[in-house]
Amino acid sequence: MRDQPEQQAPPVQRLRIRYAKRGRLRFTSHRDFSRAFERAIFRARVPMAYSSGFNPHPRISYAGAAPTGAASEAEYLEIALAEVVDPTVIRAQLEEALPDGLDVLEVVESAGGALADLLQGSRWLIDLDVDSTRAQAAVAAFLATDGVPVQRMTKKGLREFDCRAAVIALAATERTGGVRLDLVLRHGAPAVRPDDVLSGLAAVADLKPVGAPLLTRLAQGPLDEATGTVGDPLSV
Amino acid sequence: MSAPSSAPESVFSRLEPRLPSVSKPIQYVGGELNSTVKDWDCAPEGDTVRWALMYPDAYEVGLPNQGVQILYEVLNERDWIVAERTYAVWPDLEQVMREDGIPQFTVDAHRPVREFDVFGLSFSTELGYTNMLNALDLAGIPLHAADRTDDDPIVLAGGHAAFNPEPIADFVDAAVLGDGEEVVVAISEVVRDWKGEGRPGGRDELLRRLAVSGNIYVPRFYDVAYAADGTIEAVVPNRPGIPFRVRKHTLMDLDAWPYPAKPLVPLAETVHERYSVEIFRGCTRGCRFCQAGMITRPVRERSIETIGDMVENGIRRSGFEEVGLLSLSSADHTEIGEVAKGLADRYDGSNVSLSLPSTRVDAFNITLANEFSRNGRRSGLTFAPEGGSERMRRVINKMVTEEDLIRTVATAYSHGWRQVKLYFMCGLPTETDDDVLAIAELAKQVIAKGREVSGRNDIRCTVSIGGFVPKAHTPFQWAAQLDHETTDERLKKLRDTVREDKRFGRAIGFRYHDGKPGTIEGLLSRGDRRVGRIIEEVWRDGGRFDGWSEHFSYDRWVASAERALAGTGVDLDWYTTRERDYDEVLPWDHLDSGLDKDWLWADWEDALAAADGADIEVEDCRWTPCYDCGVCPEMGTEIQIGPTGRKLLPLSVV
Repeated sequence: MRDQPEQQAPPVQRLRIRYAKRGRLRFTSHRDFSRAFERAIFRARVPMAYSSGFNPHPRISYAGAAPTGAASEAEYLEIALAEVVDPTVIRAQLEEALPDGLDVLEVVESAGGALADLLQGSRWLIDLDVDSTRAQAAVAAFLATDGVPVQRMTKKGLREFDCRAAVIALAATERTGGVRLDLVLRHGAPAVRPDDVLSGLAAVADLKPVGAPLLTRLAQGPLDEATGTVGDPLSV
Repeated sequence: MSAPSSAPESVFSRLEPRLPSVSKPIQYVGGELNSTVKDWDCAPEGDTVRWALMYPDAYEVGLPNQGVQILYEVLNERDWIVAERTYAVWPDLEQVMREDGIPQFTVDAHRPVREFDVFGLSFSTELGYTNMLNALDLAGIPLHAADRTDDDPIVLAGGHAAFNPEPIADFVDAAVLGDGEEVVVAISEVVRDWKGEGRPGGRDELLRRLAVSGNIYVPRFYDVAYAADGTIEAVVPNRPGIPFRVRKHTLMDLDAWPYPAKPLVPLAETVHERYSVEIFRGCTRGCRFCQAGMITRPVRERSIETIGDMVENGIRRSGFEEVGLLSLSSADHTEIGEVAKGLADRYDGSNVSLSLPSTRVDAFNITLANEFSRNGRRSGLTFAPEGGSERMRRVINKMVTEEDLIRTVATAYSHGWRQVKLYFMCGLPTETDDDVLAIAELAKQVIAKGREVSGRNDIRCTVSIGGFVPKAHTPFQWAAQLDHETTDERLKKLRDTVREDKRFGRAIGFRYHDGKPGTIEGLLSRGDRRVGRIIEEVWRDGGRFDGWSEHFSYDRWVASAERALAGTGVDLDWYTTRERDYDEVLPWDHLDSGLDKDWLWADWEDALAAADGADIEVEDCRWTPCYDCGVCPEMGTEIQIGPTGRKLLPLSVV
């Protein structure tokens, strides 16, 4: 019989990491990021805990990754370690080991529980090249509608779902050359993404921006539906 | 070439809004770890020389290319040189670029390729030629060298395919043969001086200065005359001072050039995700089909200490956990055992894994394999007997006996390996159906032996077969290439034979490609200047990415060849399936790889004699006397090998 692989020791510490995807590196896909991050922890010599099995891999939990092409100031993941380390040192080492544009912003010790459970909603800024008055009218019409069915091509084929109920807050303000939408979305199933809300605006008010919108996630965390605010998942 | 101090605008602001609509946009944005962006006018004084380096294939194939990474680093280390990279764009982005008028750009600073002084392309394979034409066209650089002005870069080809650059002679301004590390700096110096003098004589004078060095081939300075039968009558310089023959470059002392030292780490997924160290360059095993082994002589080893330093630096700088020890036959390094043991000791207990591509059956030993698999799984081993029958292996001078192979795989299977991959070629000179069918027998014996020594039934053997393509500067440069119909027939017979046998059929995997791309590769690798018209026809008809089966169109190449060669008296078969005579002037005869043409011919005759049963073997000059291939005296080089007797010391703990 083949020898059983060595069992790995359980982790002694878990760190939660907030990072940003900026500038041209917003085109990094989640798979691209995870490969880059695994190399970075190796370069930085982070004492990772490894999974057991014939092909042990470092224990990293990703949660709620932004879509390819969207910038983000609020991406999160958790790593499990084989030694207790100083989070500020790890932050500096990872910052050094990752390319500019994939920037580690915060590293804190995990408070326990599942990180994904804390990521209940997101705040997005969406820059569109479209007339401001029309955009504001479209936002008003969207918010006044109870359900806005939209379609999206998923891996399982074309799916239709409501994009309205997940929208906690939505406002449009004028900016040079167009408009900026400030959007708070509740995470759930099916996941409603910012581009689904844009499809919704096109559906209710025929709002069609010129060119590709620029999406930026500003915050991701516990959702306060009453105030429409997104809290900090690392300070709970 | 732009006037000084006029940094071109980045195209990124125009590209960025369109990127969400194309596949894998990350490949076009640059910003890789260890990539370099410099000021357009970075020279502390005088003129800056700027290179756009292209690997003419998709980013996922091009980025890991060692040659481009090395030159990128060597050039950028000079404070007066800017080097950036560009790759072939996929058709979806090409369409966007044509719609929006976005020119071919570098991924580093997104500068238009046309603004650089030199546009250098590295051709590992001839199947990148149409991608070059597409890049030139997207860049706004005239396709034909003759139509370029002083505002266009010097288009320079390098890489193994540049040992016969004649098919692309109309499109390139110059070609360089051999190792690039030193010559790219020498070229840069010529360009800098010429710019500093106010560009006297325009690009013609710049090209003349490059050509008179004797080391850089400038096709426009040579006239080709054809005889009535379609063969070449002569290739002669058409102006004074231009050498009759252009010599290849040989880098001596690899330890002085430990590159890549800052390996590029892509964000996008690429074909090789590892840090590779070239442990030696060159090979004198003398396999007659192998162009790489012929044109990179002599063998020059890196020392065990430099290898150790490069591995440690490379993995720390890149974060790659897999290390590949590259060369044409890696187990032949005089201290490979010490290298393997030293590295395995150093990284014991970590997740760093070592791999040794290109291992000869006769150089393999189990101690070595154990060191290389100390941290990893024993999933697969790969060997390349190349020829299925003993007769065939004598013809190609790859003297691996059946006993060698069976003994080696038996050792591997008994030490825990479950899978062996075997590489073969089909279409070798004098080959018959029986030679190819012998592959099936060999594979069956491998499985039977594996089952016997391991006592298990889950033994597998994968047989991979490529079509043989005769290449310039090899003893087989005169050989007739097998037509693709016969190639496909032989492979079908082989597959049927393997499948017929129920005892082994399912344990043997079978990988092969149809013979058509090989025919086109053969056309391009032994073609002359008339073949350029075919390449252009193919590109104009939409041909791109010929190395990708989903993009390659044989019918398009055949139709283009008919149109382009009309009236020349020669055709596709003439270039591919025709055997050449001793007297024929070959299109690359004026390009000096160091190999004595008479030695090559004698070796070709030996191959034919071996085919008829003669017991002739050319042994490796590393451990037997020189057999006068000509390279060392012609190039003023010598074999550089160990053993040094030194060992890798444990790394001190940080």
